[in-house]
Amino acid sequence: MRIPLSITDNIQEWLVSMMSESAASYVAMIIVALIYLGIFAIAGLFLVLIERRVAAWFQLRIGPNRVGFQGLLQTMADALKLVSKELTGTDRADKFLYNLAPYFVIISALMALGVMPFTKEFQAFDINIGIFFLIAISSIGVIGILLGGWASNNKFALIGAMRSGVQTISYELSVGLSLLTMILLTGSLQLSEIVEVQKGGWLIVQGHIPAIIAFMIYMIAGTAETNRAPFDMVEAESELGAGFHTEYSGMKFAYFFLAEFINMFLIAAIAATVFFGAWLSPFGITESIPWLGVFWFLAKTLVLVFLMMWFRWTFPRLRVDQLLTLEWKYLLPINLVNIVIMAFIVWQKLIIQI
Amino acid sequence: MIVFAIAAVRNRKMLRSVIYLLFVLVGIAGIFFLIDYNFLAAVQLTVYAGGIIVLMIFSVLLVHHIELELEVAKPLKQIITAITCLVGTGIVLTNIYAHEFNVVENNISTTTADIGSRMLSYEAGGFILPFEVISVVLLAAMIGAIVIAKGKKLTNKNED
Repeated sequence: MRIPLSITDNIQEWLVSMMSESAASYVAMIIVALIYLGIFAIAGLFLVLIERRVAAWFQLRIGPNRVGFQGLLQTMADALKLVSKELTGTDRADKFLYNLAPYFVIISALMALGVMPFTKEFQAFDINIGIFFLIAISSIGVIGILLGGWASNNKFALIGAMRSGVQTISYELSVGLSLLTMILLTGSLQLSEIVEVQKGGWLIVQGHIPAIIAFMIYMIAGTAETNRAPFDMVEAESELGAGFHTEYSGMKFAYFFLAEFINMFLIAAIAATVFFGAWLSPFGITESIPWLGVFWFLAKTLVLVFLMMWFRWTFPRLRVDQLLTLEWKYLLPINLVNIVIMAFIVWQKLIIQI
Repeated sequence: MIVFAIAAVRNRKMLRSVIYLLFVLVGIAGIFFLIDYNFLAAVQLTVYAGGIIVLMIFSVLLVHHIELELEVAKPLKQIITAITCLVGTGIVLTNIYAHEFNVVENNISTTTADIGSRMLSYEAGGFILPFEVISVVLLAAMIGAIVIAKGKKLTNKNED
């Protein structure tokens, strides 16, 4: 099996000098996995902090600003508190599934991170079906939510889980189809090649009108897929307590919470990769300094994350029937027509190239 | 995988069986990844793990209560099933061992573009006919589902 682990080349050489080749490759994989785990556990915590500060800003409050400079350590402290809390569970719940559910959610979120191209070199797993793999992985996360809701033996949790299942399955279609529209332009599913194509202009510029429509559909469906407001029927505090994770406490709750934020980051990161050229700088102004790619990637991603938070604190929650009408009667037909338009544009070579 | 497969059959709680089945299917996807059939692996994950298992979980959630356990079958039935299973396994194993497999050195990983063009090619070795037949079958199934789901309303309107 050939896995191009480009960031690991250096680690690998260093390890090969110490042990046999096969052992070295395994150790390298483990090291990379641990690096990613560390980075994104911390990044997830800071996303929570950003969310709270943005929420406060929208509601004309100050937000957490006591622990550390401007409250930078607030979520760290919260995480420590969560780790030290007691793990409670309901009587007569299915303990095995109850404990299994958070791991489904967090593992599927972390697995998808492996294929994100942060810079040309900093990509752990450059698989040739990149985007399709992302869609496949994201379809597993919902199983964790369904299990968590059912195994809690709680009506609210079950209702939340059912809603989540319906919502995620239907909006996955829109996410997949809007990404497919962009794949017509790139002609490849591999994320590194998708970025290569964008050296002649970001895809949202290259594909102009249909690309912009696809981007809007993607952001709507992406927000719905992460179960965030205005599509947060799953958690709907005023109706369901806390939805599917009502019965979870301590670290298990933290897993669900962290997974939600990593998923939000992922949706924004995929959008940045597919529509806004990932680590490519605007007009190639910093092309001579490759490591700045991380900066551009994160900048684009964080702008999109901010957009999603903006949605959350601006729009009121939809009803379930409105949610399904939006998906099946509006987004899906628009998406299908959009694909045809995009195919026509690619066929007639009406692409804008810089 | 075999452990999970046995667990899936033996477990008396329905949803747990489904989850063990999920592990088996994800394991198969893992095997596809190992032999570098990335596309097939992702299809396995989306269709089976993401689609069919979610559908199964849904139906279990709708009909099943958390404390319910499946009944253990009668001894006679158990014996008959065991014999049938053993015969089946025997036939499969003898076939597998009787057949000589060529070891293929697979260095090129199949790309999605290859699969796509092969799917739609009408030359020898192309798959255009099965592809079209399957799409017609799928269309028929979808229309059928819509008719079944809408059936009651349509008759009501006719009566008016």
